[in-house]
Amino acid sequence: MSILVIAEHDNQALNPATLKTLAAAEQIGSDITLLVAGESCQSVADEAANVAVVKRVLLADNAAYGHQLAENLGALVAQLAKQGDYSHILAPATTTGKNFMPRVAALLDVGQVSDIITVESEDTFKRPIYAGNAIATVQSGDAIKVITVRATAFDAVAAQGGSAAVDAVDAVQSSDKSSFVGEQLAASERPELTAAEVVISGGRGMQNGDNFKLLEAVADKLGAAVGASRAAVDAGFVPNDMQVGQTGKIVAPQLYIAVGISGAIQHLAGMKDSKVIVAINKDEDAPIFQVADYGLVADLFDVLPALESKL
Amino acid sequence: MKVLVAVKRVIDYNVKVRVKPDQSDVDLANVKMALNPFCEIAVEEAVRLKEQGIADEVVVVSIGPKAVQEQLRTALALGADRAIHVEHDSMPDSLSVAKLLKGVVEKEQPQLVILGKQSIDSDNNQAGQMLGALTDMPQGTFASKVSLADGSVEVTREVDGGLQTVKLQLPAIVTTDLRLNEPRYAKLPDIMKAKRKPLETLSADDLGVTISSNIKLLKVEPPAERSAGVKVADVDELIDKLKNEAKVL
Ligand SMILES: Cc1cc2nc3c(=O)[nH]c(=O)nc-3n(C[C@H](O)[C@H](O)[C@H](O)COP(=O)(O)OP(=O)(O)OC[C@H]3O[C@@H](n4cnc5c(N)ncnc54)[C@H](O)[C@@H]3O)c2cc1C
Ligand SMILES: Nc1ncnc2c1ncn2[C@@H]1O[C@H](COP(=O)(O)O)[C@@H](O)[C@H]1O
Repeated sequence: MSILVIAEHDNQALNPATLKTLAAAEQIGSDITLLVAGESCQSVADEAANVAVVKRVLLADNAAYGHQLAENLGALVAQLAKQGDYSHILAPATTTGKNFMPRVAALLDVGQVSDIITVESEDTFKRPIYAGNAIATVQSGDAIKVITVRATAFDAVAAQGGSAAVDAVDAVQSSDKSSFVGEQLAASERPELTAAEVVISGGRGMQNGDNFKLLEAVADKLGAAVGASRAAVDAGFVPNDMQVGQTGKIVAPQLYIAVGISGAIQHLAGMKDSKVIVAINKDEDAPIFQVADYGLVADLFDVLPALESKL
Repeated sequence: MKVLVAVKRVIDYNVKVRVKPDQSDVDLANVKMALNPFCEIAVEEAVRLKEQGIADEVVVVSIGPKAVQEQLRTALALGADRAIHVEHDSMPDSLSVAKLLKGVVEKEQPQLVILGKQSIDSDNNQAGQMLGALTDMPQGTFASKVSLADGSVEVTREVDGGLQTVKLQLPAIVTTDLRLNEPRYAKLPDIMKAKRKPLETLSADDLGVTISSNIKLLKVEPPAERSAGVKVADVDELIDKLKNEAKVL
């Protein structure tokens, strides 16, 4: 068994989701190669080489991979897979992983197992379906198993303790059919949503974007990340990268506080594996209370200022 | 310009599905079925391109048992011009879907193929990207904005860090995110008209595809239930519980 893991990074540092994906890889086998594909990303490769479970780092450093375009990255990984005799290819189920991995699978003519939450054996995995309302156990008979990993379901491997060799990959896959135009990335001082220990999210009940300041004030006290429901995103209160749910980000912090969120199944799909859930809602029948450890039936505009002053 | 839209019949998104007692699968008997919400958005986007004079024909395709014709009729009522039903007795996995769609793409030669970003039943998020690889077409996934200019399309994508814009040479693939548009409701006269719009039926054989999958479903279980918690009276009690009982503060 030989496993290729694709690193998620921003050309400067490894994204924590990579260490969690490596944890899933380690449960499959110990011969783990980590691919760092990017542009001017030597520092990422150096960091990757220090990760104890990584046996070998492949560094594909080229402008073609600078923005992780699926056409180029997909073709590169498929090429490496064919050359390297890998039995498994894993990537985090982030928007980047979701974008290029199915291309890898199709180029290799194999299926993909998306968003696994457990490794049962080298060929059998569990994954949520129907917005997490059912958990499927699936077995892959494909010669190369292409898998994306739900990061919140695995504990990160140690970032230190290794000294893997870094080998340069010369192959360049550069499609002229797709090009990067620009990006608008949210800059925030707060912890990243999917990695935070505490998350506080607001929904339609927040009424407008300005009121999110009330949430942020509490978040600052708790060192929390701020999330949102789809309704809050759709209404334009906050940007899309804050969305938690079936079709947004999956979070599983120690503490999740849902404020003015009703608890639609699509929202629950993204947060119900949190350790402790608090719901603040003025409607005592809101479905969110069915998953909350602590429910407070009250007006959020009273609760948030009180929380801020008492924490 | 021709636009091809792939639509899937799935459980209605408001329904909370239950697992069968024998754990073989979820129970879909007598459950309300609908157009996958992301596919509805895909149809809407294509119809808008036609209304803007950018597209001249919108073709919808669905793969599965006879019942998927219901969703094809819905798409026709929403404004698609004609429909293709690729008949198969069950729902194939995403790779087979992509292979069948490739066959349809070769036959129809669309400039743009729009799919949903994910089926809300399998939550796979695969078919569009796989079709891209099989047809060597570029892709703009999780689209929240699509603008066509001569020979290319600019797609703004919802990504973890915010938004990313890519430019793709046509023919290209777009998969939809929820914010791309708000689908219209079909009006009664349009539903009546849709019954007379052309619907062609093909088989996997017609498209030269053998449907198979190496991924086996062994078991389906309900998720771990969270036990219902307690209601607290006020902010002080909440903070006290979080500190002393849950020990998360
Ligand atoms: C295909 C699909 C995918 C989806 N994916 C997602 C997803 O990933 N994430 C997601 O979140 N949603 C998703 N949705 C949307 C989802 O179905 C719900 O519409 C959404 O989660 C509702 O958001 P909300 O709870 O903020 O709004 P509402 O349902 O409108 O709830 C607002 C709540 O705020 C409470 N409230 C109002 N005022 C106050 C106040 N002053 N004080 C206290 N409480 C107050 C109300 O009692 C109510 O319970 C998806 C939908 C579809 C169709
Ligand atoms: N049986 C099907 N028939 C037509 N289109 C499909 C089918 N299955 C998937 N698709 C398309 O592929 C998208 C993504 O599906 P999936 O890979 O299953 O998440 C869907 O939103 C549809 O646009």
